[in-house]
Amino acid sequence: MRHTISVLVKNEFGVLARVASLFSARGFNIESLSVAETLNPSFSIMTIVTEGDEQILEQITKQLNKLIDVIKVANLSTENFIEREMALIKVGAENANREELFRIVEIFKAKIVDVSPKTMTIEVSGNDKKLADFFELLKSFRIREIVRTGKIAMLRDKKRLKKGE
Amino acid sequence: MRIPGSKILMECLKREGVTTIFGYPGGAVLNIFDEMLNTDLRHILVRHEQAAVHAADGYARASGKTGVVIVTSGPGATNTVTGITTAYMDSIPIVVFTGQVPTPLIGNDAFQEADIVGITRSCTKHNYLVRDVKDLSRIVREAFYLAKTGRPGPVLVDLPKDVISTEIEFKYPEEDVFIEGYRPTFVGNVKQIKKAVRLIMRSKRGVIFAGGGVILSNASEKLRELAQKLNMPVTMSLMGLGSFPGDHPLSLGMLGMHGTYSANMAVTESDLLIAIGARFDDRVTGKIETFAPNAKIIHIDIDPTSISKNVHVDVPIVGDCKIILGQILEALQDENLDELKIKLKPWHKKIEQWKQAHKLTYKKNGSLKPQFVIEKIYELTKGDAIIATEVGQNQMWTAQFYKFKKPRTLLTSGGLGTMGYGFPAAIGAQVAFPDKIVIDIAGDGSIQMNIQELATVSQHSLPVKIFILNNRYLGMVRQWQELFYNRRYASVSLDYPSPDFVKLAEAYHILGMQITDPKDVEEAIIKALSTKEAVLIDFRVAEEEGVYPMVPAGAPINEMLLL
Ligand SMILES: Cc1cc2nc3c(=O)[nH]c(=O)nc-3n(C[C@H](O)[C@H](O)[C@H](O)COP(=O)(O)OP(=O)(O)OC[C@H]3O[C@@H](n4cnc5c(N)ncnc54)[C@H](O)[C@@H]3O)c2cc1C
Ligand SMILES: Cc1ncc(C[n+]2csc(CCOP(=O)(O)OP(=O)(O)O)c2C)c(N)n1
Repeated sequence: MRHTISVLVKNEFGVLARVASLFSARGFNIESLSVAETLNPSFSIMTIVTEGDEQILEQITKQLNKLIDVIKVANLSTENFIEREMALIKVGAENANREELFRIVEIFKAKIVDVSPKTMTIEVSGNDKKLADFFELLKSFRIREIVRTGKIAMLRDKKRLKKGE
Repeated sequence: MRIPGSKILMECLKREGVTTIFGYPGGAVLNIFDEMLNTDLRHILVRHEQAAVHAADGYARASGKTGVVIVTSGPGATNTVTGITTAYMDSIPIVVFTGQVPTPLIGNDAFQEADIVGITRSCTKHNYLVRDVKDLSRIVREAFYLAKTGRPGPVLVDLPKDVISTEIEFKYPEEDVFIEGYRPTFVGNVKQIKKAVRLIMRSKRGVIFAGGGVILSNASEKLRELAQKLNMPVTMSLMGLGSFPGDHPLSLGMLGMHGTYSANMAVTESDLLIAIGARFDDRVTGKIETFAPNAKIIHIDIDPTSISKNVHVDVPIVGDCKIILGQILEALQDENLDELKIKLKPWHKKIEQWKQAHKLTYKKNGSLKPQFVIEKIYELTKGDAIIATEVGQNQMWTAQFYKFKKPRTLLTSGGLGTMGYGFPAAIGAQVAFPDKIVIDIAGDGSIQMNIQELATVSQHSLPVKIFILNNRYLGMVRQWQELFYNRRYASVSLDYPSPDFVKLAEAYHILGMQITDPKDVEEAIIKALSTKEAVLIDFRVAEEEGVYPMVPAGAPINEMLLL
């Protein structure tokens, strides 16, 4: 099963390497990982999407917790949470098919962020399904390049990872 | 007053109660070694950095204090990696200081630069690169705190040369160490304790399984109290040997691949297993599906990652085993233990039968047997020495035939199985206890992995005894080839011919003896034990002796190859 894990870490030198090498040393797989500072620049939040059964997930959580620079680990998949990913897509866009592209972009509340004579670059964000649908529709155009951020996620309601961050 | 990093380091070491350092100098740590001359610290100069780490590790295992190492950058640092990994696998508290090139040069492939923080990330509990001398005292204090608390382990601190030479205004931080992401659990959850007691009271065929955690947490007294109170048999992992007296009637000896018949049978037939500070290594469990198939398992461990990692646990209790054993003992006060004891009677009868059916033994045919040498060492030291082992058959025979009575008397590399560990570890233990008898029981292969340390014992007048069970083979590997590779002996003979260990000892200015006849064993050991200096004895033992019982790798532990 797929899990989205949120990890609050100290913003120390090498912390990303510690988390990454934990996953590789223990043979856990990382599907995506994104990381950036919190409001307090001494901390960062990592969102890790990983795959594994209950037992593997339990080990991942425990092993992450064991890292000294890790403050808090939460498996969001067991709770009510919001998940988003952003992607930039460069597609071939000749005059003839631009109209069609505009329409799709509008329906998906995406944005055109760059235009050149032969290409257009689109910014889109959403959950897994939305991105998948969007890419599917764009297949009829020539997709030149896709870059994705990896997922970020947050608990719904009042809940938060840890007070004060 | 403005003082340099090197002096701050000395002040911190003093505050941590450090008296002894194992190490080896070099360019990047010249300032530190120079500053050390102004202190009372004792520096044990070894002959290879790996040995410095093993010695600090042996010092820590024997004394319970944290071992300290200082080495230079680059090759000095990389030479510590095997030692650090050895300590990591066995959860031993040591702090290793490595020199590093000056901060502006880091990443430039500078002379004697190695990314030791990167290299040791997965074999330390934590590691640090000190980038600013202002952080030095905090980091040193955190390093010692992390090494010793919770599940102990090695911590490495990398010290760039400029950080060590920079002077700052310094005041020692007196407040307690606080590390936000680090809060080990010590006290057991009360509900879990209750559940455990309920399982204990319901059991008819219980076994206690004591691991290295009992020794690390100094919980032997409590363990003995519990075992006696419940009248429950106790088996130990290799790392747990000594946590419960090996000569106690309730002791089953070691469990697992080379464990005793009675221990492996009892665990397999048990209906309750109380695992204390043990991590269910595959050398212990054998085939996991058939391990203690009918038992409920109570597992006490300070590290949540140890629990339910390999075997399914019914009642996990996270915390320090000394505290938790205290909690369990208290909770047992309200229970009717006499009833439990009566219920256990048939169980004890069965165990006695297993004990009698296959005692630990060996074929006595007149040749010099390694097991006999260990029996003699046991007898003549009255089981009261500190014994280090190398890795292989020598290690397993020691585990089987030396009945360790007290914790911290066996120093052995269990998790990593590092050949070359025993001799330097014995050096560390001897430094911690100058007046105790410290013996390295070695194989002729392993001893040659850190043989250069003969110079260290000679230089520091350490009376370490080195007893080589010289079978002219990499014996343990030879045994596997004998059993599982049709006796095709590939690269295991060391008889080209075997080195003259007596001359070698003499070359290093220590006494060497060679023994070939069983009737000379006793006298030689007595002579060695009464000599106030280091002694090496080359026991030319039978070449193709095997360690039995043996559970083939991956087989159920009740399916043992017996003698
Ligand atoms: C050639 C060879 C053969 C071997 N054969 C055998 C064999 O037959 N049988 C055998 O048993 N081993 C054998 N070993 C050793 C084996 O590989 C493991 O090292 C050993 O079984 C591990 O012991 P342990 O489970 O007690 O764990 P340790 O490695 O000692 O770990 C200690 C455990 O205690 C926990 N702990 C630490 N501090 C505390 C505390 N304060 N409170 C509570 N818990 C704490 C830790 O988290 C950890 O889980 C062999 C090794 C070699 C090299
Ligand atoms: C550093 C290292 N290299 C290789 C091994 C694999 N190994 C395990 S036991 C053994 C043989 C040890 O031989 P010896 O020291 O002579 O001891 P014996 O088994 O004969 O008592 C070997 C090579 C190891 N454990 N450690």
